[in-house]
Amino acid sequence: MSNLKVILNGIITENPTFVLLLGMCPTLGTTSSAINGMSMGLATMFVLICSNIVISAVKNLIPDMVRIPAYIVVIATFVTVVQMCMQAFLPALYATLGLFIPLIVVNCIVLGRAEAFAAKNGVVASACDGIGIGLGFTLALTLLGACRELLGTGKLFNLTLVPEEYGSLIFVLAPGAFIVLGYLVAIVNKLRKA
Amino acid sequence: MLLSLTGICLIAGAILAGVNEFTAGPIAVAKAAALEEAIKAVAPEFDNKPTEEAYMAVTADGDSLKIYPAKKGGETVGGAVESNTLKGFGGEIKVIVGFDLQGTILNYSVLEHAETPGLGAKMQDWFRMEKGQQSILGRAVPAQGLQVVKDGGDVDAITAATISSRAFLNAVNRAYSAFAGVDGLTSATPSSDNN
Amino acid sequence: MEYILIFIAAVFVNNVVLSQFLGICPFLGVSKKVSTAVGMSAAVTFVLTISTIVTFLVQKYILDAFGLGFMQTISFILIIAALVQMVEIILKKVSPALYQALGVFLPLITTNCCVLGVAILVIQKDYNLLEAIVYAISIAIGFALALIIFAGIREQLAMTHVPEGMKGTPIALITAGLLAMAFMGFSGIV
Repeated sequence: MSNLKVILNGIITENPTFVLLLGMCPTLGTTSSAINGMSMGLATMFVLICSNIVISAVKNLIPDMVRIPAYIVVIATFVTVVQMCMQAFLPALYATLGLFIPLIVVNCIVLGRAEAFAAKNGVVASACDGIGIGLGFTLALTLLGACRELLGTGKLFNLTLVPEEYGSLIFVLAPGAFIVLGYLVAIVNKLRKA
Repeated sequence: MLLSLTGICLIAGAILAGVNEFTAGPIAVAKAAALEEAIKAVAPEFDNKPTEEAYMAVTADGDSLKIYPAKKGGETVGGAVESNTLKGFGGEIKVIVGFDLQGTILNYSVLEHAETPGLGAKMQDWFRMEKGQQSILGRAVPAQGLQVVKDGGDVDAITAATISSRAFLNAVNRAYSAFAGVDGLTSATPSSDNN
Repeated sequence: MEYILIFIAAVFVNNVVLSQFLGICPFLGVSKKVSTAVGMSAAVTFVLTISTIVTFLVQKYILDAFGLGFMQTISFILIIAALVQMVEIILKKVSPALYQALGVFLPLITTNCCVLGVAILVIQKDYNLLEAIVYAISIAIGFALALIIFAGIREQLAMTHVPEGMKGTPIALITAGLLAMAFMGFSGIV
């Protein structure tokens, strides 16, 4: 039961994107379409779950002084694994997400959860936290990507809903990323207060 | 303290070396497959291995581009040229263009670009659509190269993206100049002595 | 000429923050005051340039030489983290005044993705050492430009009446969007 609570906490109360406002670079950089946003979210989620599990498992073996570098090494290892697997089996996706895959290493969410949650909790709870935060991040990125894709090109997951002429291109471009995210955060703020 | 950090790094290194060993093959295969796919899409039908017979050819502006010759039954029937231009709106554009022996453009594919989505980025499809003077497929490249209507040529530029269109045609023209060679089309048929 | 092109492209056309989305966290986090924005920019310029040189040399003479390309991400991030620590210690000893000004920003830079991003981009773009240095400095200037302009706007914004729900981050994001739109005007000049 409490594990379920941990998962829900990550998705809703502590949503990394809309509430904690962490990991903004991939959030803005990879959400030009719903599918791209979702892929980036899933890649991050995989790293988050694995690093949370490993760190919570070995936390007692790591001296406090070198804690952070050790976490970074663990995270970087999983990121490289994701990077190489994606390059091998999903080359097209790797080409679109490009630089943002290795940059998962410096995503504050991953290191933040390692330090704030995995270093203090057990393996199972940490895995659940990874799932929750990862899902929250994935959902947020998918939502942002979907909004930008729909407003920009009239499509959703590559399915044309509205003829393309009605789309406003600016939403797919860089400014659109900032503006759509701004409005989504405002809406979430409003909902949370209500 | 240092010992444990070194230990962690060593373990991480070992894991990555293993994964690298495992994925290096598929990565190489995926890259080769992507290139093969692109060549297949643009070049005339072939039964050789263009990627293994690729050679470099000089363009009119002194650069050199990679040509993948397409052969059928040992006879050269055309080729695919990997070309690029730095004149794009967002920087470099990489294309692959297929020609037959007469130098007619059979097909093209944009491999890499950073043009504006929805404007310049339309070039992937624009120049193959049978509408007005848009399509460059089936055309022979004239001596002065293909140009957009605005510059006195006969190719319709992408609406609101003349710079991208110009750059794209520049890449195609460069491809042609490498394919046709300095002394006309005959040099496009490489002698079978491999280099 | 080539270096000027790299410079203009990195500062204006492909501005690191506004069109490549790198370094968004400090861009949103330390942009409430122009003075802190200037401090952060200086610290980033400093670290970015040094780290790009070091990671470039490590890639060329260690990773490439021994076929250890798969260790790129790990080694780069560790180098950056170590470098930031070292810069902090040296600065403390050599120039306490500068340390006073930049000190608080230094630890934040490890997780600034534009530092790691530039280190990787330089390798991807196959630059030589001099081009890499020019690129790193240009990126840092582009970052500083965006951050300082943005901080200037936010200082004004703090005094205006913003609708309740839009206060704080949302209005900042929308401002950044408008700024990004302005920077789009530079595309095509190179």
